[in-house]
Amino acid sequence: MVESSFKRNLFGSRGEVVTFILLVIVLFAVLPASFDIFRLNLTAKYLSLGFAALGLVLCWGYGGILSLGQGLYWGLGGYCMAAFLKLEAAALIAKDTSSDTARALTTVGLPDFMDWNQITELPYLWYPFKSFPLTLILMLFVPGLVAWIVGMAIFKRRVSGVYFAIITQALCWCMEILFVTRQGLTGGINGITDLRTILGFPLGTKGMQDFLYFLTAALALGCVLLCRFLTHCKFGQLLIAIRDMENRVRFSGYDVANFKVFVFVIAALMSAVGGALFTLNVGFMSPKLVSIEPSVYMVIFCALGGRLSPVGAIYGTLLVCFGRTYFSEKFPELWMFIMGGAFIAVTMWCPKGLAGLVETYLPKLWKLLASRVKLPKFLVRAADWMGNDAERGC
Amino acid sequence: MPNIPIFAAIGGYELEELKGIMIMQGFAGITLFSVFLLMALGLVIIFGQMKVINMAHGEFLTAGAYTTVFLSEMTHKFMPGLMPIYFPIAMLAAFGVAFLLGWIVEYLLIRHLYSRPLDTLLATWGISMIMQQGFRLIFGGREAGAIMPEWLMGSWSPAEGVDIPINGIFLFTTAVFMTLFIFFLLQRSRWGLCVRATVLNRTMANAVGINTARTDRTTFAVGCGLAGIAGAAFTTYGSVSPAAGSLYIIDSFIVVVFGGAGSLIGTVLSAFGIAQAQSILEFFTSGVIAKVMVLLAVIVILMIRPQGLVAMKVRR
Amino acid sequence: MNFVKTSTFAALAALALGVVLPAGAEDWQENWKNPELAKYPTAKVNTTGLMVDDNYVTVGQLHSVTGTMAISETGSVEAERLAIQQINEAGGVLGRQIKIIQEDGASDWPTFNEKAKKLLIQNKVAAVFGCWTSASRKAVLPVFEKENGLLYYPTFYEGLEASKNVFYEGQEATQQIIWGLDWAYAQGCRTFYLLGSDYIWPRTSNKIARIHIERYLKDAKVVGEDYYPLGNTNFNSLINKIKLKNPDCIYSIIVGGSNVAWFKQLKAAGITGDSLAKKKNSSGQGGKLLLTISTTEDEILGIGGENCAGFYTCAKYFQSLDNPNNKAFVEAFKKKYGKDAVIGDVSQAAYEGPWLWVKSVEKAGSFDVDKVVEAAPDVVFDNAPEGPVKIHKNHHLWSRAKLGKMLENGQFEVVAESADQIEPDPFPEKYIK
Repeated sequence: MVESSFKRNLFGSRGEVVTFILLVIVLFAVLPASFDIFRLNLTAKYLSLGFAALGLVLCWGYGGILSLGQGLYWGLGGYCMAAFLKLEAAALIAKDTSSDTARALTTVGLPDFMDWNQITELPYLWYPFKSFPLTLILMLFVPGLVAWIVGMAIFKRRVSGVYFAIITQALCWCMEILFVTRQGLTGGINGITDLRTILGFPLGTKGMQDFLYFLTAALALGCVLLCRFLTHCKFGQLLIAIRDMENRVRFSGYDVANFKVFVFVIAALMSAVGGALFTLNVGFMSPKLVSIEPSVYMVIFCALGGRLSPVGAIYGTLLVCFGRTYFSEKFPELWMFIMGGAFIAVTMWCPKGLAGLVETYLPKLWKLLASRVKLPKFLVRAADWMGNDAERGC
Repeated sequence: MPNIPIFAAIGGYELEELKGIMIMQGFAGITLFSVFLLMALGLVIIFGQMKVINMAHGEFLTAGAYTTVFLSEMTHKFMPGLMPIYFPIAMLAAFGVAFLLGWIVEYLLIRHLYSRPLDTLLATWGISMIMQQGFRLIFGGREAGAIMPEWLMGSWSPAEGVDIPINGIFLFTTAVFMTLFIFFLLQRSRWGLCVRATVLNRTMANAVGINTARTDRTTFAVGCGLAGIAGAAFTTYGSVSPAAGSLYIIDSFIVVVFGGAGSLIGTVLSAFGIAQAQSILEFFTSGVIAKVMVLLAVIVILMIRPQGLVAMKVRR
Repeated sequence: MNFVKTSTFAALAALALGVVLPAGAEDWQENWKNPELAKYPTAKVNTTGLMVDDNYVTVGQLHSVTGTMAISETGSVEAERLAIQQINEAGGVLGRQIKIIQEDGASDWPTFNEKAKKLLIQNKVAAVFGCWTSASRKAVLPVFEKENGLLYYPTFYEGLEASKNVFYEGQEATQQIIWGLDWAYAQGCRTFYLLGSDYIWPRTSNKIARIHIERYLKDAKVVGEDYYPLGNTNFNSLINKIKLKNPDCIYSIIVGGSNVAWFKQLKAAGITGDSLAKKKNSSGQGGKLLLTISTTEDEILGIGGENCAGFYTCAKYFQSLDNPNNKAFVEAFKKKYGKDAVIGDVSQAAYEGPWLWVKSVEKAGSFDVDKVVEAAPDVVFDNAPEGPVKIHKNHHLWSRAKLGKMLENGQFEVVAESADQIEPDPFPEKYIK
């Protein structure tokens, strides 16, 4: 039986296929059926955060590049989308010149926060966001460009590891400060709020929220497949080699810096998509989402879910986010202890995260179960089929 | 300085006024330098010795600050007569508390992670979350300030128009004293000898009989204790809240990395450079732009010269 | 599992229990029966599906209990709970006892947005008392407008907003700034240095201040304007600039935790209330001064009264106000929260929230948001600690501005009060263009 290498690269081993299909079922059938629209919207919001975690799986888990400032690219993508939506909302307000909101503005047609800052005409930077296709392009291009510059400047100089992590954090902080203080340009600490429609369709309706959820889930799954593909083909092997033994790869003739820059840019692009989807799902963007704490949370999602598993990153994100919502309601004082403790536990004792735990213990549990309980034949055969496939471990 | 007329013209100030300002501003820069130096001292020792990035450094600072606040409340309530002298005692207590906490953290956590620097980063972040929440539970979420003894308040006026805050002088003296003390300790004491040996060649140091595990633990604890002293010094300057540490952490790391991790002299130089640059820029532009410009400049310089100002090791 | 792991987990578990068990419970009157059920049957008073039944009505509280804003918002939470407790003890609203669902915004505006959605969509509370910063209010406003909820917002803010779904218990910019500047002018100040934290409220407030000083105060001018990020702790450069410019009035809108560093460094630089008063101002009529609109008893608790004695704040409430309403209020507050508790302007405004809502509901005879909004204008709360307050058509409150001088014990001495109640004007024509 010859499998095409593309299919193998895309879907991986049989075990991985099953986990992927499980994820599809969970995201597309289980959750929409059991959650009301409010929780579904929450899930979409958390999934948008998961994009950054996916990017981190690539660049940190496989590439060894710990970026503590993914929020920067996530935020850039989010702000681009927010700019487009805000211009649309401002045009909508301008149409109804008799309303209170319109009368409060000195210059109708401008986003309201620009008006409060005594700006009388649209800044040049905002012009490209009047068109949707241009916004989509910029949403990917700007974060990608920033990531490329940062990557080139740092990796070509062979700065890595801890130094890189701190520099990314400092850059993230820089951007947060810049965004908070350029109030006329970015809405300052309030962020860009009151987004109403996209391309004419209202944002808050149930239909739109459902659609956005499925769009987010679909794109997330697409990114998971992309991650899988990248990590299973030769590029993935190289990344692992770079992570573990950079100098040897260099001496083998590869330009290590280029690969690192490439994976870093891919991670940034994924985060940017996540940011844009967040803006669409939630209806606003704030510089607080771009700051250091959310960026570290993205690392936490990735670490807890399993830094070597894209599917794990998604589960990790959902688990931590729902946990945070639940615990901050019931035991607000306790939440931080649990989070910190879990983070430490994962870092120290199971670096592969939840996915690693599942990988290691599920077969053992299965064997235990199989030896004690009489299982239906088809289950046993299915397990055998999964187990017989030689997995490419990392 | 030939540029003064230009600055004067830009700022709209007269030359005489400018001289007075420059002195005061220079001193503000020195205060900022002392702040950075105190924060970075502990970090540089830990990083240089064990290549451990301690993201919880800010929380040890907060621990020291809270100790000082606590002692100041106690003294104020029960022994008001001792107010003038409580502060140095509080600083020692801050060192002690932070030292102890650092010792415990190292024993429980850090020593398992020496081979994995990125993981220590994450694990210490987890510790910082726990410590922050602990402070919130014990001391409440509100800002708290320590009651200052009289001799630390007010300013000193050497000339007309020049007012130098006394706590600035105090901070500067503390920073200089601590730096010299640590330097002396590293060069002359037994512990310093062990530290230097372990840094140079860990295996050999072990073979010669130095208990490297113990040295590491002491070093980490000393670094944390220094953070505690920095925290105590900061109560003269600002307030404490559970999240106060996170305000300083990025700045401290930038100072350490810019100076060349592991080099005390590099840290001093980088703290001085960054502080003065920020202080001067702050005067002519707004506070925020100054911060961003300095940060970006540091990052660019780091990209050009990644090993920092004073390189300790050639191999990374 | 080795010893370290087990002991760590055991310690964490013990900590968890120790924290969760005494997690403060309000004692509601269990098995309360509504004595006025006949007059106000649920079907009549609740036609929009809110969380109201025969005996209880549920409201939401949305403040930051953790994070950087916890220092300021804790007072509001406490004041609102006190008000609701007093209302319940007096028989509740429409005979029903009030239950609270409390959510933590965690000083994170996206979290505020999420919790607001939860309270309105999932819990369907009848009203929400919450928010503090303008950023949190802006983040939740679209949710309240879309879900037709009710928000009672306690903080003094910059104006430029008058939403149908929000009631603003705090002063808007013109009620706080104009009168305060006029008072400073009357003391003889002619030159002003404007400064603040860098976000919309201080910037908009200073914009209004500048227009007022330059256009409407004779011979007055602004000699400097500076902003520093929220959370900044290094004000030495600013203090040097101020010393250089030597203004008659330092007009400061520093917000939150930065206050502590600001006042401590002022004192260290030798600028105190006394030292300023000793200098002559440009009109020769008196001394210089420092005036703020953002430093209340809550902040002074953290700063230390000795660091800011002699400076002035313009607000609508001070804990030391001498009237029977306030005496009763302070006594009740200290009884519930301890004798060292302090009450700032925003906490008092938060206290008014539940009362105003209850009175609006009683006037409307229903919990439905539309009916409450219709009935709200001209509702009066006579027992407000600041003095009687009335709701304006634009959902703000008429209030008197007061000027307090900071004392060493952390309280204020009221030195001036506006003669009449100032009408709220969130869209002041004179100051927009």
